[in-house]
Amino acid sequence: MQNHRVVVTGLGVCAPNGVGVPAFKEAIENGKSGIRFYSELEKLNFSCQIGGMPLISEAVKSKYFTPLQLRNFNAAGILYGVAAGIEAWQDAGLKIDDEQCDFDSGTIFGVGTLGVDKYRESIYKVDEGNTRRLGSTSVQQTMSSGVSAYLGGMLGLGNLVTTNSSACTTGTEAVLLAYERIKYGKAKRMLAGSTSDGGPYVWCGFDALRILPSKYNDKPAKASRPMAADASGFVPGSGAGALVLESLESAQQRGATIYAEILGGHSNSGGQRQEGSMTAPNPIAVKRCISDALIHAGIEASAVDVINGHLTATTKDDLEIQNWSEALGRKGADFPYINSLKGMTGHCLAASGSIECVASVLQLKHQFLFPNINLEQVHPAIAAQISETRIPRTKTDLQFNILAKASFGFGDVNCCLIFSTFQS
Amino acid sequence: MNQEIYSKLKDIIKPYLPEDVNPESIEPQSHLVNDLNINSTHLVDIVLDVEDAFDITIEDDELNKMDTVAASIALIDEKLATR
Repeated sequence: MQNHRVVVTGLGVCAPNGVGVPAFKEAIENGKSGIRFYSELEKLNFSCQIGGMPLISEAVKSKYFTPLQLRNFNAAGILYGVAAGIEAWQDAGLKIDDEQCDFDSGTIFGVGTLGVDKYRESIYKVDEGNTRRLGSTSVQQTMSSGVSAYLGGMLGLGNLVTTNSSACTTGTEAVLLAYERIKYGKAKRMLAGSTSDGGPYVWCGFDALRILPSKYNDKPAKASRPMAADASGFVPGSGAGALVLESLESAQQRGATIYAEILGGHSNSGGQRQEGSMTAPNPIAVKRCISDALIHAGIEASAVDVINGHLTATTKDDLEIQNWSEALGRKGADFPYINSLKGMTGHCLAASGSIECVASVLQLKHQFLFPNINLEQVHPAIAAQISETRIPRTKTDLQFNILAKASFGFGDVNCCLIFSTFQS
Repeated sequence: MNQEIYSKLKDIIKPYLPEDVNPESIEPQSHLVNDLNINSTHLVDIVLDVEDAFDITIEDDELNKMDTVAASIALIDEKLATR
């Protein structure tokens, strides 16, 4: 079996607080929230009338799509995924060949849902007996693999072109799967990412579960409060993140800019056993996922400098901290630095993992920690385990080498990646 | 050939042309797929746009009659006459 080193050579992002990597980097450095009030949610009697959606201008749309592709187009998840994916590809300095496909390049682009508004439009027509009037693109705009299909065609990808789906773990898992494909020599370059559409018809089920905050409709930027004593639920978000992963050999041959290296990672499930369920994690599995990621990456727990957590701002945040602490055997002031992007973006569901991987790689490349916002008082159950000095609340410049990123999802699924600064 | 229909039909067809096909190259004898290189899946969209523009209904078994611009005009003309 071949064993290639895998590096990150391109980034793209479409987040509620910044579209495009430069805007997103500035936003996370400054703790800028992308959470807004949506009158549509109010009109529909949602408890939580706020959320995170990328602000995409018509100019950005026409940069990535032809006028024909935009005719009857209503799949936000594809829009976000394409914008992030093409940005990452171009950022990596990769060319698009209009004639030939590239058998060495593929994509794993994950999805929860991506075209719910298009689906709704179609359902109305179908119920009116007007199926014949759906038009030619309702399949590609509503199928889960729609985003990888659009990207595969736009980029001329000839290796694996597919979509993974594992709820809120999706994005991190896409990066792991793409990493493995390159590591084992089955591809030279993979566009790894994930996307999620948003809005009432995507977020409704979470509102019905009563796990979204309802007291912040008049102060949306304050609503998402990971690790805070007064955290009251996750704020729903949407968007997409994308990373170009590449074998070190290919990156060096091309003279590409290397953002970071992926040392390894692991994914598993708690089987909805022990304390695990459809919606709650089995802590034994979470800890094992982190430990196995370290083993796979060939590093000691003591080497982890920074954690980018899942940390959604629900009552599970302290359990996550406990799992990290026990898995790493580190607590108090010895615990790594930890932050959560969700304070700024909300929980972008299937897109969260990839957007957070982009943020993680930016932190490694530019040697800083983005601030945990809306954290006035650390939850006592968290403060009892780790020192508050490990939870930065302002942008912090830091020289560090190893960042662990994990995501956890409905279905009791887990994924943990180990990123490192690149050292030749 | 009905010039009014021809003009309206050309406007309907234009957005579906591939980028490398010049809208000026649309002629009555042009075959939509073979000459104008329109992706065949878009024919159903052109039919919907035609239906909206002329307020007519084109049945599924009449789709294959719309292979060239001139044949499409003839079908639209016929539909308008029997409306």
